[in-house]
Amino acid sequence: MDNLLSIITFLPLVAALILALFLRGDDSAAQRNAKWLALIATSATFLLSIFVYTGFDPANTGFQFVEERDWLLGLQYKMGVDGISVTFVLLTTFLMPLVIASCWDVTHRVKDYMIAFLLLETLMLGVFCALDLILFYLFFEAGLIPMFLIIGIWGGANRIYASFKFFLYTLLGSVLMLVAMIGMYLDAGTTDIPSLLTHNFGTETVSVLGIQVIGGAQTLMWLAFFASFAVKMPMWPVHTWLPDAHVQAPTAGSVVLAAILLKMGGYGFLRFSLPMFPVGSEIMGPLVLWLSAIAIVYTSLVALAQHDMKKLIAYSSVAHMGYVTMGIFAVNQQGIDGAIFQMISHGFISGALFLCVGVIYDRMHTREIDAYGGLVNRMPAYAMIFMLFTMANVGLPGTSGFVGEFLTLMGIFQVNTWVAVIATSGVILSAAYALWLYRRVVMGDLIKESLKSITDMSGRERSIFAPLVIMTLLLGVYPSLVIDMIGPSVEALVNQYNTAVLDAASATAVAEN
Amino acid sequence: MIQTDIAIALPEILLACFAMLALMAAVYTGKDKTAPMVLWTTAGVFVALAVWIGFGGSGTQEAFGGAFIDDGFSRFAKVTILLSAAAILLLSQDYMTRHGLFRFEYPILVALAVVGMMMMVSAGDLMALYMGLELQSLSLYVVAALRRDSVRSTEAGLKYFVLGALSSGLLLYGASLTYGYAGTTLFEGIVSTLHGGEHLSLGLLFGLVFIAAGLAFKVSAAPFHMWTPDVYEGSPTPITAFFATAPKVAAMALFARVLHDAFGGAVSDWSQIVAFLSVASMFLGAVAAIGQRDIKRLMAYSSIAHMGFALMGLASGTEAGVQAMLIYMAIYVAMNIGTFAFILSMEKDGQPVTDIDALQNYSKQEPGRALAMLVLLFSLAGIPPLVGFFGKFYVLKAAVDAGMVWLAVLGVIASVIGAFYYLRIIYFMYFGEERDALDGSMPIVGWVFLMGSAAVMVFGVVNLFGIEGVALNAASALAN
Repeated sequence: MDNLLSIITFLPLVAALILALFLRGDDSAAQRNAKWLALIATSATFLLSIFVYTGFDPANTGFQFVEERDWLLGLQYKMGVDGISVTFVLLTTFLMPLVIASCWDVTHRVKDYMIAFLLLETLMLGVFCALDLILFYLFFEAGLIPMFLIIGIWGGANRIYASFKFFLYTLLGSVLMLVAMIGMYLDAGTTDIPSLLTHNFGTETVSVLGIQVIGGAQTLMWLAFFASFAVKMPMWPVHTWLPDAHVQAPTAGSVVLAAILLKMGGYGFLRFSLPMFPVGSEIMGPLVLWLSAIAIVYTSLVALAQHDMKKLIAYSSVAHMGYVTMGIFAVNQQGIDGAIFQMISHGFISGALFLCVGVIYDRMHTREIDAYGGLVNRMPAYAMIFMLFTMANVGLPGTSGFVGEFLTLMGIFQVNTWVAVIATSGVILSAAYALWLYRRVVMGDLIKESLKSITDMSGRERSIFAPLVIMTLLLGVYPSLVIDMIGPSVEALVNQYNTAVLDAASATAVAEN
Repeated sequence: MIQTDIAIALPEILLACFAMLALMAAVYTGKDKTAPMVLWTTAGVFVALAVWIGFGGSGTQEAFGGAFIDDGFSRFAKVTILLSAAAILLLSQDYMTRHGLFRFEYPILVALAVVGMMMMVSAGDLMALYMGLELQSLSLYVVAALRRDSVRSTEAGLKYFVLGALSSGLLLYGASLTYGYAGTTLFEGIVSTLHGGEHLSLGLLFGLVFIAAGLAFKVSAAPFHMWTPDVYEGSPTPITAFFATAPKVAAMALFARVLHDAFGGAVSDWSQIVAFLSVASMFLGAVAAIGQRDIKRLMAYSSIAHMGFALMGLASGTEAGVQAMLIYMAIYVAMNIGTFAFILSMEKDGQPVTDIDALQNYSKQEPGRALAMLVLLFSLAGIPPLVGFFGKFYVLKAAVDAGMVWLAVLGVIASVIGAFYYLRIIYFMYFGEERDALDGSMPIVGWVFLMGSAAVMVFGVVNLFGIEGVALNAASALAN
């Protein structure tokens, strides 16, 4: 099939349109139909994406499944995946059916809820598949709309503040990227991403408001893209929207946010910042490394002080994304392999952790850590699953969390030993906050009166966790599943980056002589 | 010669004659009883003229010694003006009838204003420019005060008149200075006195500044925007809708015409002025609306911010800039028609409501209309994939292409600030508390325009309905 990626991307949108146009009423039958249709559509999307997996040739470092059509003047509708993006496409399609299944008990405006998630899936897949600059921006930015509504309509008590902060914060980040994209378009004369990957953007020093910017246009564009992706990741110090958004978002919204939406930032660094602005990346790279190191230590410490479970996991997410940015800007095979692996693994683990919080929130309607304790007595299965994902979050060998952290640390150690040392201390801190959370919520005696009648997980809840458990363990013992897919593309990326930096350096040397 | 002149200006002449005939006919027959018929006929004439001009015209022709120009640019602007005016007329019938405002003068005055606007966009001479502008303005002053028994409507009309007269005075002073230093009022003549020099002489520069100030009043660009919120708020809502659409297009097109045709050789001189107007409008529109709770005042600030963006296209001083401005204005008008169709239906117990707080729980009550409004608001905020984004995209591209990256950066920052108040309306509609929502019914015409406008915003992502190429042709006719 030539247009497999388009089918995958727009299948959820079609389902959303069917829901919007043909499903009437808000009784329980209509709600059930809406949920089933959404589940079927997302599952079908996942099944179709298996064809992408089987048909994908990892040895080919170019773009595959490419489709191309003319769009507005000068722009193209172009889709395609390479080793880096295909893993994110699979992550998204894999998680979405679970997300839909996790909101089975929602009763407030179910149809709209399903439409929002289906729309969001289309937009997220579009981000990972788009091979046109403006098309990418379209999907990237449009994702704000459904997420804004998900937080705002179905969120917690302080949802208004959180949704506005989420929207305006991320919008401010990405509009600067839009200006840089327009600059790239005018400079290169095309918005075609594969062509832009080989285009050399200017590196002559320019003066902006009296400041000499070394690396010139590349540094400026890098900064504009950084503004967008750093907010999206999120990196310290622009992470503050994330804890608010996570705490107020409904469980399914948190899962999507942590597991997929944050990955767009990392994907953006790999797709744009590194290959298109190698000189800019080389100049600004150390800054990112240090910001990442600060993020890992600082947000881990902040996580220790939290009373709200979701907030704690949100800060832990920021810390784990610190490993990702660190690995990416180490720019070597291990670092980037590790960063992508960490993003995939974090998708499963953080998604599962938010679902774990959701399970007890549905029963007790509170996320306060102090409100729990001794759950193991009444909920053995839950304790088991929560244990597994806590350990995976800490990075216990045998779980996928270990592989990502280890590879990124190995990558960074070759580049900057000090950052590596500081970042490694984050591993200890993550063990501290994660295990402490587990102890306070699950272990001990069940003394709280309100918890005496709490029930263990239902069959539906268990079946949602089952795929996540399998993937976490499978990737932990057999990481080649991902590494083999991304390896050649990452190698090509690293080689291209190093060549470009060397060329620029020798060009400067020639100019100086 | 006179026959060819008349043939070129025939649409304007026909429309003017139609307005006069309709006036006579209505006065000597049933007066207000004929109002619905006059309104529908006028709208029909607008649409017919739009079709005629849109498909019939080609090339560039000049009439009356160059004072009247019929080219691709003016045709684009005229079609936009005629179609938006027709849409607003149809939208207003129901509201006007229910509030006892429906007089036969209303469609006739609108028709006369439209004649003025068509003259404006075709003007090739400072005199023609002034005549068109005044014909438009005088008609608009009257419709602003259409609700004779309302203090606020009268106040709006008076305010509009006084400030409009001031701006006309400024413009006239600028025109006389220009005439004095260039020795001609013809745009062609003015542009040829520049002798290909880079900069204007001091006298011409003053003339340009005064003309620009006068025109900035008309497009309500900051710092000449003060009348806008008051007039928008005080006028009956259909009139506000009219103010927000057709006259803005006409004034913006006229602005482009003057800058490019009359002062085309001195881009570096006026580009800074326009860039300043643009930045000031974008930020004022974005910041001042944050505290607004009245949706009509809010739309006034919104239109100021949008004019800032359109001016960004002009500030770049290139053909791409004019194209971007035309695309932006067409999209802006399409969005505003839908938005005002919604605002017209905001009623409770038969009384119009303009406080956005009243929209709480609206999405529960009227999911369809709320969704359409949601789309329009995101489009006004310029969020992709809605068409409003593409308007911004073209304008920003033109600015960056002209080396004005700083202007583009300021523009996107202003658009983020501005996004706040659009989001707040969505917040009221979707996240607000449970309470009695508005109960205003929507006439079928309003519903069609609201849904149609929202659909345009969504499906425009496919190819923008081909407006891009048309706007490019129009722009190339102007910037040569």
